[in-house]
Amino acid sequence: MKLRSSMLISSLASTAMQFAFAQSATMTIPKTVEAGQGFTVASVGSGNATLFIVGPGQVLKRDVKLGEPADFPAGMLYSAGRYVALLEVGGAAAQTEVFDVLPVKDVANVNFLARPSRLPVGLHDAITGAVYVFDKYHNLIAAPESVSFELAHPGGAVEKRVAQTHDGAAWAAMDSTSQQGADTFTARVGDISSMRVVEQVPGDPCGLKMSAKQSGQLLDLSTDPVRDCSGNAVPDGTIVTFTEVYHGAQSTVDVPIKRGVAEVSMPIHNGATISVASGVVMGNQIGWGK
Amino acid sequence: MNKGPLIAGTLGAATIALVAIGTLWPAPSAAAYAGTHRMLGSSSTPEAAVDNLGDDIRSRNFAKAYASLANKAQFSESEFVRDLNGAYPGLLTYSNLESFQVRPLHASDSDAELQLNLHWSTVVGPEVTTRDIHVVKDGDNWAPEWPIIKEAQVPPQVIPVNYLRWDVIYRGPGDDWGTQDVEAPHVRIVDMHPVERAEGVVIMGELLNEDVVPAYVTVTATLLNKNKEPISTEGSFDKISHLLLPKQVTPFLIKFPNISMSDVGSIRMDPVSSLIAASADPVIEIADEQLHPAPDADLTGQLINQSGQVVNVAHVLGTFYDKSGNVVWVADTYTKRALLPQTPLAFDIHIPEDLAKNVASQRTVIATYSSGGAQ
Repeated sequence: MKLRSSMLISSLASTAMQFAFAQSATMTIPKTVEAGQGFTVASVGSGNATLFIVGPGQVLKRDVKLGEPADFPAGMLYSAGRYVALLEVGGAAAQTEVFDVLPVKDVANVNFLARPSRLPVGLHDAITGAVYVFDKYHNLIAAPESVSFELAHPGGAVEKRVAQTHDGAAWAAMDSTSQQGADTFTARVGDISSMRVVEQVPGDPCGLKMSAKQSGQLLDLSTDPVRDCSGNAVPDGTIVTFTEVYHGAQSTVDVPIKRGVAEVSMPIHNGATISVASGVVMGNQIGWGK
Repeated sequence: MNKGPLIAGTLGAATIALVAIGTLWPAPSAAAYAGTHRMLGSSSTPEAAVDNLGDDIRSRNFAKAYASLANKAQFSESEFVRDLNGAYPGLLTYSNLESFQVRPLHASDSDAELQLNLHWSTVVGPEVTTRDIHVVKDGDNWAPEWPIIKEAQVPPQVIPVNYLRWDVIYRGPGDDWGTQDVEAPHVRIVDMHPVERAEGVVIMGELLNEDVVPAYVTVTATLLNKNKEPISTEGSFDKISHLLLPKQVTPFLIKFPNISMSDVGSIRMDPVSSLIAASADPVIEIADEQLHPAPDADLTGQLINQSGQVVNVAHVLGTFYDKSGNVVWVADTYTKRALLPQTPLAFDIHIPEDLAKNVASQRTVIATYSSGGAQ
């Protein structure tokens, strides 16, 4: 009975001492730390303690001697966000502090989303570019940054926009040029840039015109070189429809453009009307033998 | 008293007895379907002779069918088989004769005319072919004369084709986040009309590929009620040409069975396109298209394959317009035989009788399928 009483008293005394030590132990930690930078946690008190640092995607545990500074070298904390520092003495929390790890000020990565990757020429504000700026640890840099957008045509024409990031993002809309080609769309922040290719393709055929020539019992139909309204050659493979209407009947052929023109041979019918179209664009009509 | 074992025993015994009876004395039709026995053994009437012929074709017993013909001296057995199945792989090659009907047209003591309607089960649904068969009396029996249609043969030759083809390289798994992929083709619905039919609501229209790359397209529609809540969603399924080359237009038709227009407040259309590797060939000419008014309103014409590639199946889609240019109906058909280079093949698209009077013009498009995939 006496032994039990003495053990109980001893245990209570130990707990009380730990509580007392915990009450007297304190730490000082910077309110903000730049990602990747080293920092020091100062503490007051005596004896041993454990320091926990808990943050987004990272947990550090360090045994410290109270009264001596605890150094965290560069590169230990790299994920930006809000962290909690917990000083534990004898199994009890002595102090809890909150501090922020901020992104590095210098932009290291530019993520660039350019849409669309292919569009017709001559459209206003049809190309959009969105940029997200990150530091070298892939933290989104929320501080405003100046972003320059540049759309360069192979022919030398350049279209430029400048935008400020808001909460790490900036965007701009650009016009497609009047000339087809693979434009380079570049977003630049300082020395860091990211490039995308935007293919500008011809628009609908413009002034679609065909001619007819008799070849035996057939009529050779051929378009002039098919171009859009800006003079760009409509690409090979584009479907051109020839329709021949005669005596209450009709013949139709969908022909792909090859080497810039669409060609087909159709049977001759005197009094026939032949028309040409591509998509929703109508071309000329020819009356044969009228 | 528990009667379960007694009932089970009785049912078991009855089942065994019925199976034995069915095996020993099968019904003629069942035996005919199983291919072990002829439903009609003799050819004592013209109808029986054509029935036997149809039965042999259905059981793919072509040798027996050929042997029963009165005019077999005019063609070989292989020509007879090619007439039925096609010389080149086509729709009928991959089909079975599901059933047939025989209709007498006229008869005398020595000969008769009968119509044989063959109902084929094909990969695109049921198809019907019709042959008028002359039957002659041969002693006590009757023998059919097969109206052979010899398929045109293309002479061996080399046809140079400088065809266009599109291939696609998509972004890979190793590409960074934000790296752009190749853009899906831009397609646009250029016309759309909902109509009410006896079977329900039908939505039809036309879809344009306004891009410079080929597109694989489908169209889905969702009917919404007056409160903007969805009633039903359906797709165009095969009532569309799924492969659209640049600036090509396809009709589409979507059926909503058992729904009334009065229940519909609005319609949400959803054209979907994706990039697809494709070839610009073959080029198919649609010649001599003619609209025939009711009764038996239809669109007829001929397909001429201008390329050197054999087209195994051609899907013919007709878009019918009224005088104002509005789409009033979309209908389709499949060619039963392969489409050989430079060889005309007739087609016939049925137009509903009640709509035929509104049809003023039409436009036809062809989707082709060749061995090795859609081209």
